[in-house]
Amino acid sequence: MTVQSEGVQTHSPRSGSAGGPKAPALKRNRGGSGAGRLSRATPYLLLLPATLATLVLLGYPAVKIVLISFQKLNMFELIQHVTVWNGFQNYTDQLTSAEFWHTAERSVFFTLANVVLIMLIGSLVGLLLNRLGKRMRLFLSVALILAWAMPVVAATTVYQWLFDSQFGVVDWFLSAFGWHSMAHYNWFSTQLSTFAVITLLITWMSIPFVALTMYAGLTTIPGELYEAARMDGAGTWKSFRFVTFPALKPFFLGTTFLEVIWIFKAFTQVLAINQGGPDRLTETLPVYSFVEGVGNQHYGVGAAIAVLTILILLALTAYYLRIILKQEDEL
Amino acid sequence: MRRSLFGRTWPNAVAVVLFVFFVFPVYWMVATSFKKDTDIISSTPVFLPLNGTLQHFTRAFHSQGFWTLVLDSITVTSLSVICSLAIALLAAFAVTRMRFKGRKAFLLVIMIAQMAPWEVMVIAVYMIVRDSNMLNSLVPLTAFYMMMVLPFTILTLRGFIAAVPKELEESAMVDGCSRRQAFVKVVLPLLAPGLMATSLFGFITAWNEYPLVLVLNKESAQTLPLWLTQFQTNFGDDWGATMAASTVFALPILVVFFILQRKAVGGLTAGAVKG
Repeated sequence: MTVQSEGVQTHSPRSGSAGGPKAPALKRNRGGSGAGRLSRATPYLLLLPATLATLVLLGYPAVKIVLISFQKLNMFELIQHVTVWNGFQNYTDQLTSAEFWHTAERSVFFTLANVVLIMLIGSLVGLLLNRLGKRMRLFLSVALILAWAMPVVAATTVYQWLFDSQFGVVDWFLSAFGWHSMAHYNWFSTQLSTFAVITLLITWMSIPFVALTMYAGLTTIPGELYEAARMDGAGTWKSFRFVTFPALKPFFLGTTFLEVIWIFKAFTQVLAINQGGPDRLTETLPVYSFVEGVGNQHYGVGAAIAVLTILILLALTAYYLRIILKQEDEL
Repeated sequence: MRRSLFGRTWPNAVAVVLFVFFVFPVYWMVATSFKKDTDIISSTPVFLPLNGTLQHFTRAFHSQGFWTLVLDSITVTSLSVICSLAIALLAAFAVTRMRFKGRKAFLLVIMIAQMAPWEVMVIAVYMIVRDSNMLNSLVPLTAFYMMMVLPFTILTLRGFIAAVPKELEESAMVDGCSRRQAFVKVVLPLLAPGLMATSLFGFITAWNEYPLVLVLNKESAQTLPLWLTQFQTNFGDDWGATMAASTVFALPILVVFFILQRKAVGGLTAGAVKG
């Protein structure tokens, strides 16, 4: 076996001077650096830390959440360090409880409403960015980036202040511009108005990402395509429908599903803005799992809700996941 | 194509409205934090805090254990980002530059891992950390934050490494470098912007993380997000101090994001959102 450091020379096709006799080695260096068995192990050694970390820090919790979901694990069991298996009890309890189904329904509806709003407005803002002059575009981008970069916890706190019933600027604004019944309106007193604030907060934070990636995508579409479409008599809508949309289809698909995932598991905004209130009416599934599990110390129940949440999320994103799994060939 | 006056004006008008919509909450946070108390609770809002005050910041800075929290947050965030960069660099290099069995499987696992719903796995993480007697410590927090940003870091770095022409590395090796030297001397410097952009998103994730620290570190070793949500409960309706606290928390992110965002957005679209 030629175990010398021939890899060095044969890597580049341009190092042709040394080429002749060592040509066969070219085939082998697909595997990586020079030396035999070690080189074959190299990629695995490089992946080792990442694989270990994933197994221990993500794989283990994923298994653990399933295990806990089959246990009766309340404060007593927690303190006594005892493991009490109770089969499918937690699941049957949840699946027969109206509370769970209400929360699930609420979560799905909340996610869909937010994703539709974000994708629609985000795309429109992206299109607008493409149409604006250079200076105006920079101006708007700065605003978008500010909102995008704003940390979630800080943003949530600011929205509580904006919608404060006593001195909040939103109530003042609404009442000053004619909607007098909104003076000192308590936004966090009803389910609908709390969701309105959460939705505004989430769309405000999420639109910039969609708009800016959309704009980045738009700049990659060659202008000639629009030119050609226009010559064929296509108006604004038709050139969007037949030029922009097909070109950006991967973007729409990818972004929509990312948003579904992000919003379905949105936790901080929903919990921190009003602790899931009033009367637990704005709890979404992740918050419900947290309140039942950690808050009420029914960890087994919370874990079962968590598993069910993950299953619903998988169902919602199955289409996208299938595409990811299929694109395995191009990885 | 010439457009009518209306056709030229309305996009700008809409842009101005959107500008106000997106900037206002951030502006209001900063403005409130500088306002005198009387201006904060005036019946007509004061939109420009012309005679401002720094008292809210003083109050935030002097709140119990503030500087420890800052230090903890910076430690956890930077350690987790640096560790994940180091681990991801190795993996991303192997995955982009080498062909071997299991490569695709690894990438698929990482893609799935990127979507891991950490928010609903907190109960499991809590049990694991509790059983190892590590509650209220920065170590597990750092480890899990590292894992939260690792998949994204690998996938994004993969895009950046793929963008470095292979020939550069090869010619360095022709000139007598070993593969490792070629990587360190040629590829790594070219990766610097990519590393910065990638770490930016890791930094934001770790700096912001709330559900896990809420469950794991109830008693000590807390971070700024936890403090911020409690600050509000502790200080009641003191919106000036709360907004000062939010500003202090948000400012580093806003500044860094602004400086790095162009590269970051490019990297994000190239690496992570590949439909």
